[in-house]
Amino acid sequence: MTPSNFSFPPPPLEAVLDGELQLRVFRSMLTARTLENKLSSLYKGGKIVGGVYLGTGQEALSASLGASLIKGRDCFSPLIRDQAGRTAFGEDMLDATRTHLGSARGPMRGRDGNIHRGRPHQGMPAMISHLGTAVSVISGMLIAKRMKGELDGIVGATSIGDGATSTGSFHEGLNMAAVENLPLVVVIADNQFAYSTPRNRQFACESLLERAVGYGVGGVEVDGTDLKATLAGMQQAVTSARQGFGPQLVVARLLRLCGHGEHDDASYVPQELRDSLMGRDCLEVGASQIIEDGLATAEDIEIWRKEAVEEVQEAVATAQRERGPDPYEEDWRATSVEGMQ
Amino acid sequence: MSVTYIDAIHQAQLELLREDKTVFLYGQDIGDFGGAFKATKGFKEEFGPRVLDAPISEDAMIGMAVGAAINGMRPIVEMQFADFSSVAFNQLVNQAGTHYYRTGIPIPITVRMPCGGTPGSGPFHSQMVESIYAHYPGLVVVTPATVSDAYQLLKESVQLDDPVIFCEHKFLYRWLKSASIKGDGLPLGKARLTRAGKHATVVTYSAMVHEAVRAADRLAEEGWEIEVVDLRSVKPLDIDTVLASVARTGRLLALGEGFPWGGVTAEVVSRVVAEGFHLLDAPPLRLNAKDTPIPYHPDLWAAHRPTPESIVEKLRELLNL
Repeated sequence: MTPSNFSFPPPPLEAVLDGELQLRVFRSMLTARTLENKLSSLYKGGKIVGGVYLGTGQEALSASLGASLIKGRDCFSPLIRDQAGRTAFGEDMLDATRTHLGSARGPMRGRDGNIHRGRPHQGMPAMISHLGTAVSVISGMLIAKRMKGELDGIVGATSIGDGATSTGSFHEGLNMAAVENLPLVVVIADNQFAYSTPRNRQFACESLLERAVGYGVGGVEVDGTDLKATLAGMQQAVTSARQGFGPQLVVARLLRLCGHGEHDDASYVPQELRDSLMGRDCLEVGASQIIEDGLATAEDIEIWRKEAVEEVQEAVATAQRERGPDPYEEDWRATSVEGMQ
Repeated sequence: MSVTYIDAIHQAQLELLREDKTVFLYGQDIGDFGGAFKATKGFKEEFGPRVLDAPISEDAMIGMAVGAAINGMRPIVEMQFADFSSVAFNQLVNQAGTHYYRTGIPIPITVRMPCGGTPGSGPFHSQMVESIYAHYPGLVVVTPATVSDAYQLLKESVQLDDPVIFCEHKFLYRWLKSASIKGDGLPLGKARLTRAGKHATVVTYSAMVHEAVRAADRLAEEGWEIEVVDLRSVKPLDIDTVLASVARTGRLLALGEGFPWGGVTAEVVSRVVAEGFHLLDAPPLRLNAKDTPIPYHPDLWAAHRPTPESIVEKLRELLNL
């Protein structure tokens, strides 16, 4: 179904066809997959305490978002399956390895772990586990920019899963952003399961794109397994938001190709779904697409993969050599002003 | 010429908006309407885009404020009633409260919470919220009892780099008047000795300060000298001033308008017992509201919360121990 009130202009085709952007998305996907495979091994080897949550199968969507944003100007609140988006946005890989491995030198200094990391002053807030809450936080970051007269040409974005659209926080946040007509892009990875719960136990509409009509925002639905289609839809949404057409919803149909976390074998996902088109691996699809388009060769991809492996090894080794936080040196203070506890 | 408690809140916000361009207001009906209690009357005209009407979305209101604070603003969020902050509980305790500890970046937001009972307001427009927010790390909880404190503590709260839950008592809004808005300059974090005495100490805050003083007045007719300590903020809790008072009197009544299970009064008693057991001549007592939802009918409401009568009764019990 297509919302009746599409308010944005036709897709900026020249951007969609930008081979350099497509390659940047693909390489971010490849790097993220390589990093996440390593994180999974470290977790299974007992080297990571706490959970490990991967974005396997969602890299095309996540990287398309990250690559469509401009670090230093835009705001991006990644969620649990956004390693590829973080990489594409420009997060230092050390932030990922240090936070997963508990290094005191990471941005969270061992005070929070894994995907609960960010650098808010670089436009990337650190997610909390309560889903949907980032929609209003990113909106607030945009409102601050508006009040300071710095909003022109700026976009704020956040990701969310199909399950998180059931939260009140998502509803309140998106509705508020629509009321304020903010340049916000909310990307829904409709990955068929919220942990183990299938989407038909989360909502009763056929497509979450139908929600866009109710909120009075623009929207686009994409096949999240298809790099080119996803990037085209994302560029359309981000450009529309950037040009002042208000909040945009991007709904991507795809399948999470891993468990909710690495502790979960995803045995609840039916085999026929895994075998369907939705179960395609976006990284493989993306590789064939860039080869078909003559943007790269299989050899190029193999070289990039090896480069990614080296980068990951280095980032993991660095974080592993570093000390964790020292409980005796910790100031155990939750307020910035002394004497407020 | 007298100033009311709500005038003080209005004046503090007016000055904050004029003095600091990063201050803005967000809340339901606060724009042209001027707020349910008129705490923001006239601001929309003067400050335009810095006075924003919010949808009925308490969760998003706090999330938005946190995001704006990350990007350098100092939002003041008006909860129409403190009771409704339960909808924003998650954003308050998990987003705002954890932010500095997790990221090192402070969140200078002030959430104005019109709290406490007024006759006829019933279960959902009367609650006290200081105890639940004080329980969570990272939040400062301020509970002014006087006109000058409402003014000065609100200004200090907004200027503070950390999130502040500002509990303003609705019963005091128009009833409490003062000749001047200027107070004694006591900073946030310091309790005040409201009334000196020597036989027992009542430690309290917010509207109950006035009920405690009334109770003390009555007992004074019989020769009892009751000391009243106004905490002013429950987090930080100025235990030094409390202990100094208990050292003088040897007896403690912790008084609050909140529900009786746990909370600020339990915290006060617990700290005094742990840190000043040797100062006590009698077991410390607590007096709170009753352990039911806050009733609608004025007669039930008046009996639900501590009154000068019930405080006097409790103090007699304490003095006879």
